[in-house]
Amino acid sequence: MTLREVKEILEAEVIVGEEQLEKEVKTAFSADLMSDVLAFATAGSLLLTGVTNPQVVRTAEILDIAAIVMVRGKRPSQETIQLARELRIPILSTRYILFEASGKLHARGISGCIEKVGEKTDAGRTI
Amino acid sequence: MAVELEKIVKELKLEVRCCKDRLSRPVSGGYVGDLLSDVMANSREGDIWITRQIHQNTVAVASLKEHAAVIFVNGSEPTAETVSRAEQEGIPLLVSSMPGFEVVGRIYKVMNP
Amino acid sequence: MPAERYDGSFDVEGGNFRNAGQVSSKVKNILKDIGCSTDIVRRAAIVTYEAEINIVSYARRGQIHLLAEPDLVRICVDDEGLGIADIELAMQEGYSTAPAFVREMGFGAGMGLANMKKYSNEFEISSVVDVGTQVKMTINRSEG
Repeated sequence: MTLREVKEILEAEVIVGEEQLEKEVKTAFSADLMSDVLAFATAGSLLLTGVTNPQVVRTAEILDIAAIVMVRGKRPSQETIQLARELRIPILSTRYILFEASGKLHARGISGCIEKVGEKTDAGRTI
Repeated sequence: MAVELEKIVKELKLEVRCCKDRLSRPVSGGYVGDLLSDVMANSREGDIWITRQIHQNTVAVASLKEHAAVIFVNGSEPTAETVSRAEQEGIPLLVSSMPGFEVVGRIYKVMNP
Repeated sequence: MPAERYDGSFDVEGGNFRNAGQVSSKVKNILKDIGCSTDIVRRAAIVTYEAEINIVSYARRGQIHLLAEPDLVRICVDDEGLGIADIELAMQEGYSTAPAFVREMGFGAGMGLANMKKYSNEFEISSVVDVGTQVKMTINRSEG
């Protein structure tokens, strides 16, 4: 699925990365805890979260996350937008809550980025 | 579309950590969140709450908001205090080794067939 | 053929969340440049980022030392700050003393040290209350 389709399904607004909407995503991770994201999310995934501060962008950069979707109509601060532009990480904002946004994308074929814990992640370590 | 909690437990093969006798309650919606203030502010009565926060404050929020149940994801386990508090408050605690996105996707499918 | 080695230190300012993560980004780019595998770069970036967040949250100042050899990457973290009273307890997943503002940022859920240990091959920690904390993490490059 392309980011453009993600945008349409979630009726989202593109805040950063209008030029990257043809990027493909297959998997996603939903969380508010960045340590949880760091522990489990895989490179190239979509990150859905209710957190909007610059640390979300940093976390996405560290993990090579494809794009960030901010839920509940939350909009990032100028500082967050600035950093995302600098690091070229797309940010979308949807009015759906995390449950709805995750459910809608899953129903359209996006899967969780790991099947269950205990399996190998792309960090190559059993978790 | 409300569904019985037990149906979700069975479909997702969730492990039940307490209140096994309360699985007939209806689930009217879902909420995913790890920030307690957000969940306090925005979740609704009858929601099934999906989170990674395993400490006992989670139960306090679930009880206050009258959630149907709490699911801990990514194989996280509620602490002993969390389980005993949930037993007192009558909030079923469920555990899944799947990540939140996958858990939600499957619940969503059960609720919106 | 890129050089396989690196040896350098970076300062981290306590309490400054605006810059938190900058050192981790640098570490990530350095390791990429010297030819570490994607896997090793990713693991090193994750543990450095958790360490950096800890310094910003609990210390006045700190230093992150990055050493890359052909067979390993070592990240040593040394801070001046609150320290940890009970390391065993602090290592437990879910245990946290983080203030509310740290939690609202998506950290402080008691997973940081556990993540650092999980992604390292060797993990050593020592701490003195009101003095500071030292963490030494080694990642074997042969695994990448």
